[in-house]
Amino acid sequence: MTGSDWLALSPVIAMGALALATFGADSVLGITWNGRRLGSKTWLPWLAIGGMAVPLVLVLNLWSGWAGGPVDESVLFGTFAADRFALFFQCLILGSTAAVVLASTDYLRQFNDARGEFIGLLLIASTGMMLLVGANELITIYVALETTALPVVALAAIRRDAHSVEGAVKFLVLSALSTALLLFGMVLLYGFTGATQLEVIVDRLQELSAGTGQPFGSFALMLSLLLIVAGFGFKMAVAPWQMWVPDVYQGSPAPVAAFLSVASKASAFAVLIRILSYYSGAGVGAQDWQLLFAIVAAVSMSAGNLMALSQTNMKRLLGYSTIAQAGYIVVAMTTILGTSSDADNGSVAVMFYLAGYAFTNLAVFLAYAAVLHRIGDDTIEGLRGLFRRSRVLSILLVIGLLSLLGMPPTVGFMAKAVVFSTAVSQGLVWLVVIAVINTVVAAFYYLRVVGVIMFGDPDEDAEQVNPSASELTTVSVGIVGTLLLGIVPALALNVIDTAVLT
Amino acid sequence: MNEFNGILTATVFAPAVFAGAVWLAHRWRDDDGLVRALAVAGSLVTFVLAFAVFLMYDRDVGGVQMVDAVSWLSVGTLKSTYLLGVDGLSSPLVLLTGLLGTGAMFASRSIRHRLTEYFIWLLLLESAVMGVFVSLDLLLFFVFFEFEVIPMFMLVSIWGSGRPRYSAMKFVLFTLAGGAFMFVGVLAVFLSGGIGTLAMASIPSVGIIGVPELISAADLVAPAALIFSFFLIAFAVKLPLWPLHNWLPDAHTDAPTAVSVMLAGVLLKMAGYGLIRINIGFFIDSPGFTVSDAAPYLAVIAAISVIYGAIVTLRQTDLKRLVAYSSVSHMGFVMLGVAASAGSGAGALMGVNGAALQMFTHGTITGLAFLLVGMVYDRTHTRHIPHLGGLWRKMPVIAIFFFIAGFASLGLPALSGFVAEIMVFLGTFSVYPLAAGIGAFGVVLAAGYILFVIRRAFFGTRPPGDGLPMEQYESLTDADRLDLVPAVILTVPIILVGVWPNVIVDLFALGIEGVMGR
Repeated sequence: MTGSDWLALSPVIAMGALALATFGADSVLGITWNGRRLGSKTWLPWLAIGGMAVPLVLVLNLWSGWAGGPVDESVLFGTFAADRFALFFQCLILGSTAAVVLASTDYLRQFNDARGEFIGLLLIASTGMMLLVGANELITIYVALETTALPVVALAAIRRDAHSVEGAVKFLVLSALSTALLLFGMVLLYGFTGATQLEVIVDRLQELSAGTGQPFGSFALMLSLLLIVAGFGFKMAVAPWQMWVPDVYQGSPAPVAAFLSVASKASAFAVLIRILSYYSGAGVGAQDWQLLFAIVAAVSMSAGNLMALSQTNMKRLLGYSTIAQAGYIVVAMTTILGTSSDADNGSVAVMFYLAGYAFTNLAVFLAYAAVLHRIGDDTIEGLRGLFRRSRVLSILLVIGLLSLLGMPPTVGFMAKAVVFSTAVSQGLVWLVVIAVINTVVAAFYYLRVVGVIMFGDPDEDAEQVNPSASELTTVSVGIVGTLLLGIVPALALNVIDTAVLT
Repeated sequence: MNEFNGILTATVFAPAVFAGAVWLAHRWRDDDGLVRALAVAGSLVTFVLAFAVFLMYDRDVGGVQMVDAVSWLSVGTLKSTYLLGVDGLSSPLVLLTGLLGTGAMFASRSIRHRLTEYFIWLLLLESAVMGVFVSLDLLLFFVFFEFEVIPMFMLVSIWGSGRPRYSAMKFVLFTLAGGAFMFVGVLAVFLSGGIGTLAMASIPSVGIIGVPELISAADLVAPAALIFSFFLIAFAVKLPLWPLHNWLPDAHTDAPTAVSVMLAGVLLKMAGYGLIRINIGFFIDSPGFTVSDAAPYLAVIAAISVIYGAIVTLRQTDLKRLVAYSSVSHMGFVMLGVAASAGSGAGALMGVNGAALQMFTHGTITGLAFLLVGMVYDRTHTRHIPHLGGLWRKMPVIAIFFFIAGFASLGLPALSGFVAEIMVFLGTFSVYPLAAGIGAFGVVLAAGYILFVIRRAFFGTRPPGDGLPMEQYESLTDADRLDLVPAVILTVPIILVGVWPNVIVDLFALGIEGVMGR
């Protein structure tokens, strides 16, 4: 490995080292010496958060090239790219992980001994995701994907009750199935092209499929590419690969669900965009891809929203809501195989949506997590009269829900405006009509929750809900980001414009 | 491109700033009087600003004035500007919003429950409506148009009566469904070849060329008829027009008085304003399909709306519901005037001008009517007309104001309703004589239900039997001084416009000539 290789991988390595350090510290702090413990495990979250400053600085270093970074350059024999696209997503993942750890410091008290595991596993999953967003080659993608999936299974099961284990097993089985599909697709692709590097694969594919007139270039390719999309569809949690979502969200601790809904989803979108970006401009099967994504988007939005309508469990409702949100993002994917300026527009829209979604969804999930572990009732009715029990948290939660619904002046609205405009620019008016009708359907269940929070009267004996300072900070940061990006979208768009894959 | 005068920004956000002040004041000292005073001050400041905008609009220069333009959102597929400006069409509506906002604050005297939040939402509502009337960028227009839903949802749900949550959710879903279609329309307009702007009007002084100028040579991404109907659906729901009016009676009946005043007075006008600015302005010579092609259908729906609304109004026994349904009938006149735009020359201008004036006059008249219904309800605790009667003896002042609102509503000359309706009929008659004739019959029905309610509720004697108990009837009080403030605020324009229409009509004419490009 050369120096630039080390530099390009430095954030990932630092994150991995931090994960191991957390496990190490957990063991050391747990040693008893003359009947006394060496230290208190309450320090672990702060160690992790402080430690995450290191990979963050390394990412920023690569972004701005302070110590000379390989920006826009493939390293490690073209298997990994530390371009700004990857760095943008690494920032997003680092931010979400830090938010989840910070918000769960209080929550973690109940897992006295599993505290180190919780944080360590979270950090390993993040490491995998940070690798995934820069992966430029099939095997690296596969390895990174598995690194993200397995810790999440353990995290989902960490509560060890029936729901938790059911969710974890469901996630494990479906994750294995989806990875198998992905691997099968990759193998076929390797068989056709004899290469594992994305760039080479796409070049060969274009030679193979030029002028065949078959969908996606050829039927065999179609099979392999659809298998790959199915594999990522599972991670992005779009329909028809969404079945695991409500169960896993319901069973796992709310902070884990927050992590899954943001970081996991964002990294899957990132790698799919990277794969397809090599394709763009070539025009091979662009129409077919567009139709595929349009259908996935339409099904995902409609399924997520319609199924959310009848939920009585708040975590399941949020789960279905993330399926619908992923559907909205896929709307922007319809441009990604068009001309290169179309592809840029699509990438900008996806990245902007994901950035806004990260702030909003983390705020909503973590605010709900703070409420949930104090009231212990995860039905929607459990939130009745929350406004009387915690004004600040209720207001933050309501703003977050309105952003998920897409109400101005939040980023949820702005991001939807940008995303939907990409599809109209491709002439897909029908898709956008489906999308906007979906937002009306979504209004019903989001506003129902808002109504329960704001209008209801709590039970007589209901106590005040007092969020801790760290929870309040995290949620407030999320909501401030939600409003700020909604009112001044240029803040994010200026950054994203420089990070688009070209 | 960048220009910033600031007065419109101040007008739009003044209520929102005062909403923040109300919240801070509440945190600082839990004093209801202080909260009320601040809320009223906020609406008064807004009224002064709105009045300043109205007066400062230079009628000799015309066009769009007092522009605030700052680049806002810029991605490959959407470029939007924070673009505020007023022309002859919007400046009277800005004034109307200022007027009714002040009226609504004074009409909130009976609110006791969660007072601080109430005023915060009411002020935010005023900001949103004001924003709709001065935004000249489609996306910004849409932002304000959508945002208004949240304060309404809260206001009706928390402070409403009857079935407030049902009515609030119904209102929200209807509005959002309409808005959803409009959003697609906005995107389709922007992304059509040769447009690439969201400006709703041309502003030569800052180098902005608006959609109306560009659309005739544009290569539309969707058929013009489809884009037209996307906007039409949104505004027809909001106006509301038969058969999409279903949300209105529920929302009105269950909303607190001040919110009914705002809803009838200005929220419905956002739709009429959109119809004139977008459905006429953009589609007057759009390729393949123009507003003239749609006008016959609009005229038919408008005539049905007028008659259907009036007949249903005749059957109402709830005082508030009666006023609510009369809105459906009266907003039908707005659509009738809009349909007149298919005509040529003076007739078309007269019809659309009548529609715009009808918006202004209906805002003040129905605002006043809801205010008085609220006062009656506060005193009698019933709105059931058969239980009322003989109110004239106990509350003559309220009755007199109600008569003014009622007679203005049925189109008595010398009051503002007459001027608007005669203009609509004269304008429409040259194009669609049958629709105009049927619509005119709506005025006869209006006379029926107005006189009916005046006779039943205010004249006669206290109904024996299941009416108000004698002790309660005897202890009824008339309006006190503070009650008179909003009533007078709304009555002045009714009489002023009635006897001196040009104060507003000239301004509207200027704006509509600009919108219709004639």
